[in-house]
Amino acid sequence: MTAGTNRTQAGKESDAGDGSKERGESQGSKGSQGAKGSQGSGGAAGTAGTAGAVATGRAAKIDRLAELTRRTGATVGNSLWKEAFRRLRSNRMAVIGAVVIALFVVVAVVGPWVTPYSPTAQTWRGEVLANQGKFVGARGENWFGLDHLGRDMFSRMLVGARQTLLVGVVSMLIGLLLGALIGTLSGAAVTLGGRAGRRIDTVVMRVIDILLSLPSLLLAVSIAAVMGQSLTTVMIAVGVVQIPVFARLLRGSMLAQGGADYVLAAKALGIRRKRIVLTQILPNSLSPVIVQATLSLATAIIEAAALSYLGLGNPDPAVPEWGVMLSQAQRFFDNAPMMAVYPAVGIIITALGFTLLGEAMREALDPKLRG
Amino acid sequence: MLRLVVRRLLQLIPTLLGLSVLLFLWLNRLPGGPASAILGERATEADVARINRALGLDQPVWVQYGRFLKRVVQLDLGTSTQTGQPVWDEFVLRFPATVELSVAAMLIAVAAGIPLGYLAARRRGGWLDVTAVSGSLIGICVPVFFLALLLKGVFAVGLGLFPSYGRLSTGLDATGVTGFAVLDGLLTGEFDATWDALVHLVLPAVTLASIPLAVIVRMTRASVLEVVGEDYVRTAESKGLEKRVVRVRHVLRNALLPVVTAVGLLTGSLLSGAVLTESVFSFGGIGSFIRTSIDARDYPVLVGFIMFIAMVYVLINLLVDLAYSLIDPRVRVH
Repeated sequence: MTAGTNRTQAGKESDAGDGSKERGESQGSKGSQGAKGSQGSGGAAGTAGTAGAVATGRAAKIDRLAELTRRTGATVGNSLWKEAFRRLRSNRMAVIGAVVIALFVVVAVVGPWVTPYSPTAQTWRGEVLANQGKFVGARGENWFGLDHLGRDMFSRMLVGARQTLLVGVVSMLIGLLLGALIGTLSGAAVTLGGRAGRRIDTVVMRVIDILLSLPSLLLAVSIAAVMGQSLTTVMIAVGVVQIPVFARLLRGSMLAQGGADYVLAAKALGIRRKRIVLTQILPNSLSPVIVQATLSLATAIIEAAALSYLGLGNPDPAVPEWGVMLSQAQRFFDNAPMMAVYPAVGIIITALGFTLLGEAMREALDPKLRG
Repeated sequence: MLRLVVRRLLQLIPTLLGLSVLLFLWLNRLPGGPASAILGERATEADVARINRALGLDQPVWVQYGRFLKRVVQLDLGTSTQTGQPVWDEFVLRFPATVELSVAAMLIAVAAGIPLGYLAARRRGGWLDVTAVSGSLIGICVPVFFLALLLKGVFAVGLGLFPSYGRLSTGLDATGVTGFAVLDGLLTGEFDATWDALVHLVLPAVTLASIPLAVIVRMTRASVLEVVGEDYVRTAESKGLEKRVVRVRHVLRNALLPVVTAVGLLTGSLLSGAVLTESVFSFGGIGSFIRTSIDARDYPVLVGFIMFIAMVYVLINLLVDLAYSLIDPRVRVH
């Protein structure tokens, strides 16, 4: 009996303390994330914080209860994913996106083995030279025609799919892993670290905001300038650009989850706060990150193409990558537009597939959009 | 209002300082370094040391950073290795072209995007909605420079409807008053020059508008759909307000809040799209200059440009905040 009351009291106290902290923090983050309209409420939370611990504790609890009704979707845990998957399957956008991605992956994996000709051999060079710059279009032996050096475009497209997928996936993973690490640390620092933690978080987020304020293409160009010209550079440059996006997203998501009722429940059960962050808050904060990862694949592929266009892409002409092919084709665009159109359409369709799936996932996971 | 402006301007300082640190570190990491740039690849170590001493590169990093910062504050961004002119002067010379292009693109995006998004939301599921949504999804996925090539190939080279490069036809020169070709023509009374500048602007502006247009259509649509379901809209309707009044004052006014933010952020990112667009159309703004600077590894220009863009970006953010307080009374109260 005494032990029981002791525990609840301790729980209350700690609740009152970090309840107000979290309140202020999450409001603040909302304010700076673009919903500037909440600046007023952020200030209100700040004054409430000074109004006395007892009152704040109660206010925080009431607020939390109020949030329960709003947040039912995000608090159900596993069934959220099941529910989301069910919604995804019935979403036409998601199905089209998934089919496109599946086709792309199959081509990327199998493609290099089934090419009708070598993608690098300049088999029809003589013919192209004889044509004096005129593009050899689609025909029986070369389905997509020839490029400016007399290589088979169809074979190059097949092999290029793998390179393109590689660039997209690797750069997305660089952004995702590093960004998620920074985001988790920042989110955990706020939740666990007290005043020092929040200070660390502020500094980290400032740096992230600076990086976010730079146009991503320029950031990638600067990185590529330091590292020199190669496929690895493109992947790192495009990946690093995504880091602040993932970091900011995961941190925000973790802070938003911090006030959820299952966190309260875990606290009431006396689970250590570090454990709560890692086993409760983090897994529940991941859904927006997964959506962003899907969308990032699309941006990564497009951005890699832009870097290639700017002359920072893979310099090795023997390795066909759609972005590089497209940037090579621009010189011949007036005479041989199809040479650019094939890789461009490849990039557009692939990016579209990832965008469709990502958008559909966002809709499926967003409790607000659920009917 | 004034206090808000001052506070926000003060908040810029740490951001710009942080950025300058990043840029300084970046400059230090660049391959080669100034010594080998001056002396060439086969410089002896003694020569390199001499140049480093002359340039102050042997001093502690923080001293070097202090000097870097001092120069940046004085708007001394160094000298372009391509043209031999101060970077700042090069920017001032080329900025009007880029602003002209960006403003035209944003006007197209906003003027077409908001009505499209609104109509798509009002007729959800209709053909306009389906077209707008799928069109904007595709719009985001088309690489900007490919769209530029395509539009140029079809409408300039193929059909000959528009000029394929530049800001003005040769022989016409209305620039000089403000540097904005369209405006200068009007000011000097050379209306044919204004018309010529406008015609030159069409294809680049449409290209550059593609991504913001797609984003604005989707945001407006989503935002209108959300607001239409709000209680206050139902209340307004049920108390018998005119449909037009509800649409403008209740739906649009609230739905446009997130769109305003997006427009601000998009304006910042327009500048990097401008690098790609301008280089395809040889538009002669900052974008084209950056494109050649990348090729020439003209680092002072690149550093200056990033600093410059960051400043423009933060200032745009400030303007967005101020616009917010005009549209949303809740912000003003605070």
